[in-house]
Amino acid sequence: MGGRATDMVLLDENGIRCDGRRIDEPRSISIKAGVLKNADGSAYIEFGDNKILAGVYGPRDIHPKHMSDADTGILRCRYHMEPFSVTERKNPAPSRREIEISKVIKEALAPAVMLERFPRTVVDVYIEILQADGGSRCAALDAASVALADAGIPMRDMVSACAAGKVADTIVLDINNEEDQAGQADMPIGYMPNLNRITLLQLDGVMSLDEYKQCIETGIRGCKLVYEIQKKALMEKYFDGEAER
Amino acid sequence: MSDRRKRVIPGDVITSGSYRPDQNTVLDGRLIVSTAVGVSEIVDDAVRVIPLTGKYMPRIDDMVVGKVTSHTSLAWELDINSCYVGFLPATDVFGRDFSARSDELASRLKRGDLVAARIANSDRSRDPLLTITDRDLGKIDSGELVEMSASKVPRLIGKRGTMIQMIETQTDSLITVGQNGWVVVSCEDPNGLLKAKEAIAMVDRLAHTSNLTDRVREMLGGRS
Repeated sequence: MGGRATDMVLLDENGIRCDGRRIDEPRSISIKAGVLKNADGSAYIEFGDNKILAGVYGPRDIHPKHMSDADTGILRCRYHMEPFSVTERKNPAPSRREIEISKVIKEALAPAVMLERFPRTVVDVYIEILQADGGSRCAALDAASVALADAGIPMRDMVSACAAGKVADTIVLDINNEEDQAGQADMPIGYMPNLNRITLLQLDGVMSLDEYKQCIETGIRGCKLVYEIQKKALMEKYFDGEAER
Repeated sequence: MSDRRKRVIPGDVITSGSYRPDQNTVLDGRLIVSTAVGVSEIVDDAVRVIPLTGKYMPRIDDMVVGKVTSHTSLAWELDINSCYVGFLPATDVFGRDFSARSDELASRLKRGDLVAARIANSDRSRDPLLTITDRDLGKIDSGELVEMSASKVPRLIGKRGTMIQMIETQTDSLITVGQNGWVVVSCEDPNGLLKAKEAIAMVDRLAHTSNLTDRVREMLGGRS
């Protein structure tokens, strides 16, 4: 069920995936906070072969003025792929897919940020995908969340994101591009680790109820791993890497 | 750092005790959770987080340094390094007998001028209102603008002004500190100016560390 026909062995008899990972192993992730001087907050993430920059401005005056809300600040988000981020040149104009991802990322961040203290203002989140390799919406969300914290926007919790999915009838953590194309299901999850709340849940594919439950659990485990890396990135910038003293 | 002070990021649980959530914290059930990157502390019955990043939020009675960006026939608009623009009414500068017909606002304050002002009023529904009718307030005629993080300004001032007084005496300069993170340094001696700027940058960089006053004094080459 699902997936494109392929000769690639997505999961061999030893439980090793096409890129050499075990089924519960994420790709290598590194995050750096505060990489841009001119933005109020920023972060750079390498999530496997994904390379993503996020910049945050605000709270600031809103333009166009008619968008402003007298009761609260608002969040705006742009997810954008560079023309060179994929193998075929991508038209830099926002595509249907980018508009959708901008929307889901905004909605995944909205429960965390507390903008009611900043009426009539806006917080802008700009996400640039420099290199894409499957699971970029999760990686983008991870970077955006660190950039928001770096900008000092009040947040109830960090938002960590990681995908899980079904490949060769097995639930695996952190789907890469090949598994996304040829696998059976892909489920990106955004999660607030301290509040234990899910802010983003999408599912592309078919799975049974048991598989669905297992998939969410696997994804949340991935989010918790990502959270530790996000925390480390912020600690590194603000406390020279020492967590406690 | 004592066990009452912790380094936190948004979402970190500070305590589950019965304290009052203060600055940059929220109550989630019984837990008090940080909403910012910073250092948490428990003072008396309140828990707060001293943030290490973030924009300046205007508070009534704060002294700020603003830069004139434009004016209408009745008021100036000042950039106060915040998400809102500061509003300085003309009557405040010209006095009661201000007349929009005869008084030209540009004659007193031009675009780009720096002004030391106090926040007279600020609420959720309007932009903050500034005033300069007080001692030590008004147009700043000389000096250099230095920017630092607004959340670290209390560190630059120090306990009862010890840090700022020390920097002023050691470098023989006059420093106007705005709570919004804008600081104007004026000094006759160019070396003193450089030293003072370096000291401010040092406070900005090392605000979260302890024993800062002594280290800044050492950097300035002074005796304790």
